[in-house]
Amino acid sequence: MKKLAFPKKPFKTRGGIHIPHNKNTALEQSVVMPPPQSVNIPMLQHIGAPCIPTVEVGQRVLAGQVVGDTSAFVSAPIHSSISGIVKEIGDVVLPSGVSVPSVVIQSDGLMEQIECNPPDVGTMEKFLEAVRASGLVGLGGAGFPAHVKLRIPPDREIDTLLINGAECEPYITSDNREILENSWSVMSGIYAIKELLGIRRVIIGVESNKPTAIKLLQSIADNEQHDPLDEIRVLTLKSDYPQGAEKMLVQACTGRRIPPGKLPSDVGCLVMNVTSVAFLAQYPKTGLPLIYKRITVDGSAIKNPQNVIVPIGTAITDVIEFCGGYSIPPRKLLFGGPMMGIALSDDSIPILKQTNAILAFGEKEAKLLEPKPCIRCGRCIDNCPMSLMPVILAAAADKKEKERMKKYDLISCIECGSCSYVCPTNRHLLQSLRLGKQLLKQTKN
Amino acid sequence: MIKYMTEKLFVSSSPHFRGKDSTARIMSDVLIALVPVIIASTIIFGFRVLLIVSFCVSSCVFLEFICRRIMKRYMSIGDLSAPVTGALLALSLPVNISLFLAFFGCVVAIVVAKQFFGGIGQNFINPAIAGRVAMVVSFPTHMTDWSWAGETVDAVTTGTVVDAVTTATPLAGGEWTYLDLFLGFVRGSIGETCAAAILIGFMYLLVRRVIKPIIPLYFVGTVAVFAFLFGENIPFHILSGGLLFVAVFMATDYSTSPLSSKGKVFFGIGCGIITVIIRVFGALPEGVSFAILLMNILTPHIDRLTVPKTFGTKRRTGKKI
Repeated sequence: MKKLAFPKKPFKTRGGIHIPHNKNTALEQSVVMPPPQSVNIPMLQHIGAPCIPTVEVGQRVLAGQVVGDTSAFVSAPIHSSISGIVKEIGDVVLPSGVSVPSVVIQSDGLMEQIECNPPDVGTMEKFLEAVRASGLVGLGGAGFPAHVKLRIPPDREIDTLLINGAECEPYITSDNREILENSWSVMSGIYAIKELLGIRRVIIGVESNKPTAIKLLQSIADNEQHDPLDEIRVLTLKSDYPQGAEKMLVQACTGRRIPPGKLPSDVGCLVMNVTSVAFLAQYPKTGLPLIYKRITVDGSAIKNPQNVIVPIGTAITDVIEFCGGYSIPPRKLLFGGPMMGIALSDDSIPILKQTNAILAFGEKEAKLLEPKPCIRCGRCIDNCPMSLMPVILAAAADKKEKERMKKYDLISCIECGSCSYVCPTNRHLLQSLRLGKQLLKQTKN
Repeated sequence: MIKYMTEKLFVSSSPHFRGKDSTARIMSDVLIALVPVIIASTIIFGFRVLLIVSFCVSSCVFLEFICRRIMKRYMSIGDLSAPVTGALLALSLPVNISLFLAFFGCVVAIVVAKQFFGGIGQNFINPAIAGRVAMVVSFPTHMTDWSWAGETVDAVTTGTVVDAVTTATPLAGGEWTYLDLFLGFVRGSIGETCAAAILIGFMYLLVRRVIKPIIPLYFVGTVAVFAFLFGENIPFHILSGGLLFVAVFMATDYSTSPLSSKGKVFFGIGCGIITVIIRVFGALPEGVSFAILLMNILTPHIDRLTVPKTFGTKRRTGKKI
């Protein structure tokens, strides 16, 4: 097979806005949070079919025990993150607004783990089975079940594995901490995937605002002993938002452009998040499924901003309390980063597998600015990474003009929010675009 | 621990952070970019320049205020777009213009061209250009009186400046040098003559990323190319008349120029072609204003024909590995 070239510098991507990075917690060691009084484990923590609870009220469960599963292919089992008694099987409203069943477990304080046996990952089939059993989903935020992503259809040829360590959202540093604290896991995870899928080129994309992480990864990847065939390289990406979006990352690393409605595998790439990869390395050793998640807790209303390793299902309130509570009354609570995160109306929502940050802001940042008339400056168009015309799309969406929305290709919007960010008149462009997309989806069904 | 629920937390669609840019900031940058032009023209034409500029600016703000009040819309004078219109209109008038006529121009600009169509961002023609063109058409003698301040009116009716004369003249040698043209010591509208000051303003706008260089460069470039094709003096065409001033400050108006970069290219080229045609073959005293006015009207059509191609749909994708 012909050896593929590595990019010397990232390919130029369209748009890209400069946002204050505010990576306040990048230098602090992550802290492990003790198990809370109770956890609330929703049955949908991935893209796909929701799980069905497999435990009953009153039953004792151990940490790592399966509490929800389904036979649907696009799904991942859900495990208990603590040991204790199942108190209730109720409903919980997820940040996305969907109501799903959830298992509430009252902790017995013992943190007794289920007996873990390192799984057999000898063959591809067994490896994928183990990945499914581990409950791993894309930890970058999308939550796509990892075993589905790794099951490459026979007609697709993947020549490049891209590891997403861009972390382009402000404030969030959990991937950065993962690289710094678990660099060997990241690397051995890469080896495992690369060997199983026979991929000969791995590019780890990290934004330039994480120099320590880049240096650390380079010290391993550029070492002849660890990477004798020189198949893994670290690429320093520009610190532009949204550099970590899948389509942008693929283009920045390989110059390939994913057409609308297509996947990275259509251009021969497989994109995985650093934290997901690190977990893939740890799981075959310990056999302990995905029950912890490192999240960044930050924002002006948090007393002690830091990265916390929390049991999945812990209520946001408990996590914030662990971080010293609120320093000022919070007026905006975000599930994720400030650019793409979801604003919460309630801080009792549990931490999910996909959660990578909880941000709380005071009055000053939370205040909504009044939109003014559009001055047609065209900044939204210049900064759209997908080359769309947000100003026209937003106008079409507000008037519910479906034909115009289709003509201007609304469906290609990746909802990065760059248009709203750069708008000098504070127009809620992305909000209109989202409504328009919903409208188009409804008519399709 | 207190539970923070809906009534205490703001819920909104992402992004939750906004850039610092605002309309007022953009407009004040334009005003700052006009400062060198105002200083230069005060030196060239005398203190009457300051009188005209401040009169037009305050008239425009006043008219905008009245319009918004009568129409019962939110008060928009804070966005500083009215002062920009006033300053641009003032700088495109002859120095001896009467304030009464200047006020007429302000009414056309703010009331007719801007507020009748819904205010900032909704106007389809540049308000300052509309005001100026209305004045040129209504008071042609006053608008082509290129005498210096204090000079008697009948002294000069045919200036040396290309837009001021009715036909394409061969260069009237001896009266000016290229340095005079560049520094602005020639007859003309008050803000239009000093190329040096206009270029300083242009640089400022570029550095502040208020405008993109596309329209001015294509506009001036097209004029140069067509001047060459018609055998005219290229530097004379570029430096004289209102070309630079209009290309930098008026053709780049957001509301009336195309949205996409490709559209801006067509807009600039179109403005350039019409300007040269009017200058070389036309009977109009002013080429650039009419060129922009015509292209303003074409802008919605240019926008419709220059929609950028969505990411990943271009046939030529460039280098990849």
